[in-house]
Order: sequence, then C-alpha cells, then structure tokens
Amino acid sequence: MNKLNFLSPDKNNLYAYLYSGISLFFLSILIVFLNSFFSLDLTSFLPGTISYFLPLIIGFIGLHLIRIEYSGIKFLDITNKNINTNKFNALLSLLIIFAVIKSLPPLLSWFIIDANFAGDSKDACSGSGACWAYIKTWFNRFMYGMYPNAEQWRINLSFIALAFLGGVGFFATEKFKKYLTLYYVVIYPIIAFLFIFFFISGGPIFFDFSYGIIAAVISIIIGFFIPSKFKMYYFLIIPITIYILLKYIFFYEELIELGKIQAFEWVETGAWGGLSLTFIVSFFCLIFCFPVGLFLSLGRRSDLPIIKYISIGFIEFWRGVPLITVLFMSSVMFPMFLPEDMFIDKLVRVIIAISLFEAAYVAEVIRGGLQALPRGQYDAAKSLGMGYWKMHIFVILPQALKLVIPGIANTFLALVKDTPLIFVVGLLEIVGMLNLAKTNPEWLGFAMEGYVFASIVFFIICYAMSKYSYNLEQKYKTER
Amino acid sequence: MENRGITFGYGFLSQESSFDVQFSLIEYDGSHSYFRAYLVGLLNTILVSVIGIVFATIIGVIVGIARLSSNYLIERTAAIYVEFFRNIPLLLQIFFWYFAALRALPLPEKAEPMFGVFFLTIKGFFVPAFVWNNLDVFIYSLIAAIISIVFVRLYAKKKQENQGIQTPVLSISIALLIILPLLSFFLGGVDASVEIPVIEQLSKTSFTYKGGLKLPPELISLALALSLYTATFIAECVRAGVQGVSKGQKEAAASIGLTPNQVLKLVVMPQALRIIIPPTTNQYLNLTKNSSLAAAIAYPDLVLVFAGTALMQTGRAIEIVSITMLTYLTLSITISIFMNWYNKKIAIKEK
Repeated sequence: MNKLNFLSPDKNNLYAYLYSGISLFFLSILIVFLNSFFSLDLTSFLPGTISYFLPLIIGFIGLHLIRIEYSGIKFLDITNKNINTNKFNALLSLLIIFAVIKSLPPLLSWFIIDANFAGDSKDACSGSGACWAYIKTWFNRFMYGMYPNAEQWRINLSFIALAFLGGVGFFATEKFKKYLTLYYVVIYPIIAFLFIFFFISGGPIFFDFSYGIIAAVISIIIGFFIPSKFKMYYFLIIPITIYILLKYIFFYEELIELGKIQAFEWVETGAWGGLSLTFIVSFFCLIFCFPVGLFLSLGRRSDLPIIKYISIGFIEFWRGVPLITVLFMSSVMFPMFLPEDMFIDKLVRVIIAISLFEAAYVAEVIRGGLQALPRGQYDAAKSLGMGYWKMHIFVILPQALKLVIPGIANTFLALVKDTPLIFVVGLLEIVGMLNLAKTNPEWLGFAMEGYVFASIVFFIICYAMSKYSYNLEQKYKTER
Repeated sequence: MENRGITFGYGFLSQESSFDVQFSLIEYDGSHSYFRAYLVGLLNTILVSVIGIVFATIIGVIVGIARLSSNYLIERTAAIYVEFFRNIPLLLQIFFWYFAALRALPLPEKAEPMFGVFFLTIKGFFVPAFVWNNLDVFIYSLIAAIISIVFVRLYAKKKQENQGIQTPVLSISIALLIILPLLSFFLGGVDASVEIPVIEQLSKTSFTYKGGLKLPPELISLALALSLYTATFIAECVRAGVQGVSKGQKEAAASIGLTPNQVLKLVVMPQALRIIIPPTTNQYLNLTKNSSLAAAIAYPDLVLVFAGTALMQTGRAIEIVSITMLTYLTLSITISIFMNWYNKKIAIKEK
C-alpha cells in the first residue's frame, strides 16, 4: 500500500481518500442541516467562532480529499468537474449549499408551515408565518379592482373569449394560414376592442353594432363590382367611411336615441383595476405600439429629410424621458390643449401615452434588424421591379422582424412591467390595489404577503413571455 | 388654454416656494425659491442614479462572470438571480424594499450597532461622518493624483509603442492614489475626524441619532431596488460580451506565450468591452430614468419635488412638466454623448 499523502490526493489509495472525503463532506452538511432544521448544535463544545466556521472547514477538507482527477468513477468525475474544480470553487460551492440549507427552514415556515390559510379577518392570522387569508379575502380586488362583484363574470367571459379567439391561429388549416396576419393585425384587435367596450365597460350596445353591420353588408355588396386589383385598398377604406357617414351624417338624431339602450350596467374606467387592468393596458399597448414603431423605424431610414428628422426627433424625445413624466403629461398637461367640451377617458389617455412611449423603443429595435440586413436584399428586391412598400412588406420586413424577435420580446416585457406606473393617473392595477389594501385599517401589516403574491404573479407572466419568445426565436431561426 | 384662464411664463421660478423637503444635499427650506427646489430635486436624482449605477455595475459584472463559471452551483445561482429580479416590475421591487423589508427593521432605540458605529434602523441608516479640516487641500491632492495617473498612462503607452516594455500602470496608479492624499495629511494640514452617531431622545417615545450621516430609508430602498434590477441586465450584457470573444482569440493569445492574466487584460477584455459598452450605456440611461419612480415612495427627487409638490402649489403644469422632461432629456443625452465618445475611442480602428 502506498503512503497516504493527504495534501495531494491521487489515484493510488483512491478509496481511502474517497471514503474519508465523502464522510467529512457529509458530516459538514449534517452539522448545518441539524443546526438549521432542528436547532441542534453538534459542535457546541467548541468556542463560538470556531464552531461557526467548523462545517466550512470540514467540508473544505472533504472536498479537497475527493478532488482526484480521472478517478475512473463516473459520478465522482462529474461532481468534481461541476462543483469542485479548484479550492476557490469548492469554497463557493460549500457556501452556496450551506446558504440554501440555512435559508430553507425560515422560508418554509413563513410560506407554509406557520402560515394561515383559512379565515376571513385579521384575527385569523396569529402565527409568525404568512397570512394567506389576506390574499384570499382580497383576491377579487386584486384581480378586478373596484369592479362590482356581481358583474365580474363579464371580465372573465371577455378574457376567455379573447383567449379562444387568439388561439385560432393554432388551429387554422393550411388554406387559412395566409389570412392569419390580417386576422391578428386588423380583425382581432377590433374584436378585442368591441369586447372591452361592450362587455367590460358596458357601453351602449345597439347603434355601433347595427351601423357596423349595415356598413359591412353594403361594402361587401359593392365589393363584388370592384376589380380585384383595388380590392385591398377598397376594403381598407370603404367600410369605415360608410360607417362614419351612417353614424354621424345620415342618422345622427336616431343615434342619440338608440345609443341610450344599454344591455349592461355601465362601469366607468376608474373602477377597473387589478390584474385584469394590467392585461387590458398591456394588450392594447402591445397592439398599438408595434405598428407605430414599425412606421417610425421605416421613417428613420427614409430618404426624405422631413420624415427622417421628424422620426428621429420623435424617437429620441420619447426615449429620453421617463415614463412617469409622460404619464404626468398625459394627465395634467394634455387636457389643457383639448377643446373645452372634449373629454378623453383617463384609460384611453394612458394607453395612448404608453403606446407612443414604447413605440419609440420598438422603432429602435426594428431599426437594428433593418440595418443588419445586407444591402443585397434591397438591391435584389429593387431589381425585380418592386416598389418601396412591396419591397418592405415581402422582402425586407419578414427578414428584419425575424432577426429582432428577442429585442421586441424584451420591449414587450418592459411594457408589461411598466404598467404598474399608471398609478400616477389614479388607475390602480394589481400593485396599486396592493397599496390600497395595505392601508386598510382592518388589514394593517400584511405588506409582505401582498408584494410576494404580486411578485409571483408578475414573475409567472413575464417568465412565460420570455420563454415563449425564446421558442419563437428558435422556430423562425434560419441559417444564413 | 386662454379660455381656461391659464397664463404662461417662467417667472414663478424665482418666487418663494414655502414648502419643505425632507432630504436635501444643499441648504434648503421654505424661504428659498422654486428654482432652488428644482436644484434640490435634480441633485437628489443624480445622487440616487450615481449610487445605483456604481452598485449595479459591481453586482452586474460579478453576476455576469458568475454566469460563465464552470461551477454548476454558481452558474445556477446567478441564473436564478437574473431570471427572478428581471421578471418583476421595478416599482413592485421598490415597494417591497420600502414597505415590507425596511419596515421590519428595529426602532432607533432598539437598534443593534453594526461594528459599533453603523445603526440600521427603521428611520434610516446612520453612518459615521467625516469632519474635515482643509478639505480643499485634500481634494486638490486627489485631482493631482488623477492628473499624474493620466500622465503615467500616456508615458507607459508611449514606452510600450517605442520599446515594447510594459510598465505596471495599475500598481503605480494605486500607489499614487494612496500616497498623494496621505501626503496632504502630513504636509497640507488636512485633518479628518470621525463623528459617530449618538442616540438622542426627542420625546418620551421618540428617539433618533444625532451626528454622523443619515441615509433615509427612501434612498436606501430606491438605490437597492434600482441596482438589483439593473444589475440583472448588466450581467446579461457582460455575459454576452465575454461569450462574444471567439475562442480562437484566446487560444491564439495563449499560443504566443501570453500569461492568462495578460490574455484577459490585453486580448479578451478590449474585445469584450466593445460588445459590452453600448447596451450597458442603455442600462445606465434606463436606471437614470427609472430613478423617477422615487415619486412613488416619496423620495424627494426631481419628479416628486418639482413635478409633484411645486406643480400642485403653482398649478403651472405646462412649464413644470416641460422643464422636467427637458432635464431628463439633457441628462440622457449627456450620458449617451459621453458613452458614444468612449465607444468610438475603443472601437476597432480600421485602416
């Protein structure tokens, strides 16, 4: 048998080193484990400081003994390679393992063991742990804000319906695939708006629908006689024109009468709130900021100096100021420039402000994609006789947008995370509702539970979004 | 505007403001003008941004390098940190630190001193302050040290270009930074004594600390949230930058006999910095703009003092909001011009 040299373990006497090292390592973990879970101090016979550092020293020696290269034991090699490459790494690994073991019991007891789940008043929460009864009692408020309890099914129904309609793309057959872009860019937002307006807000239901249907029918009938070359422009312009003509010129008097018919109780936007408001604001801002940003990015690369400099000025302005001042502007400054009898709803103002703000960021991201394309793509498209719009729609943008999926996803994530800021204008989404609940005299002192709850909710939403964007990126990745 | 009876003008800036601000770097009370209130807010914004940028950079670089570690546990810990703090709204984090975490701190009379001189209480963080004599001489000596470091660097660069000899610039710089200010203590008559905060009873139940420096809880929670949040983005920038240097570069550098330290310093870092700096600049800008969230927890920054209190008092929405926006615009453009200049300086010079 070779001589044991504990300072530099080697492959000879492998098992001697292995057993002593592993037992020391597990001894150190055992000490910390017992100490933190059962508050048993195995090393209490030693003076304070030494007993404090003892597990670290024992574990360090243990890891040192099992640091044997090419031992031939697969598990040992993997362990060494991953957490035990040198002294410094071993020390850090030990510190992390100990920190996890040390922090588990307090976390577990706060979250689960000592927490209160049942009850509907503050008295139910006497333990030292979290008071989840608080979240349970306030759950409706956190989700729906001040929206009347009896009407909340309207929000649920709208969101479920919109989720289904949004999922249509997954079930579309090959034949309808080409219409999907049109559906998602034009039709879906309109349906969503109608849902929000009629269902959640409870706006006057009759006249808009009826005139919309009449306008659609008339334009479809006329549409049969339009040459197919102009059909796209026709369907973009005519239905809206007919709708506006009908609504404001031909039947204005009747409209006022009919407009008074309401199917649902009107709920003003000030009462909306909670997580549903977060979704509504993020959804509309996402929809609006993307096209605006797209046009801004094209404008910034335009050859026409006026368009170019207006775009640059616009983008740089919005990128240079914080969102909170933009919201301030929309709430205190903007109404001053409106005619006296005109009033724009708070929520609409906020959505416009956030959309314009994020559009500037989207524009810069898309510009990055446009710049990354080689000149040859532009030249090739032009040489095929394509005009500016054809070139961009069919050649440039599909490639450029594919390149910037991560960037756009990041901007959208930032947008979702920025929605709590609407507290500035007095709209209370989930974080705002938390702050309101926190100051309720019957429920004082549960700030921590509320913030932990909201953090988990936001984490789930944002993490899911980022993973989805990653999948999208992988899906559209093409070798170049 | 006219029919609402609103007048326009910036004359109100010199009027007496008659409101007080909790925390101010310059002398300020209600008898000062609105313009001075604006300055107070601006300085507070800059203060929290600078603190945030410094800490975010330190944490970000450490975490970014940790994410590249071969140690599985370290890599995972860093990844969890990044994913967690990145996906939670900054406002929520600020609220968490301010309303939940810092509220759990002890009252001043029950606070345990850290190292005997730091007091972390619910009313703020009390730290010892330096009381200086002849502070100006000390500052001159610091400036002299910095100028001489610049000269040493220039000299070292010239020497390397002409003779290929490397000078240990870093150690010389550190020595200069220590020796010159030390000399000012002995020769310039500079004298610094430490003032330790002492507990004082205001009324029967109210205690506070006197002397020393008080960092209000608003500042702490804001700086904490800003730096922890922005650090995650900086960490990702650093990781992308170091990964962006191709393996061939390192191998080539090692094959011509550079030591690992030299490889890092002369080959990897200059190339990585080129990738790291532009997005990091963006993060600095974001941090500065995000510091405006201070208004939510009543830290007296530009938005709260000027666009909040001053606006409510004067009602001059257009002037005040436009001044605030212009200020932020100027701050952002200043940082981005500086960073663009720096970026251009270190960019690849193609001939």
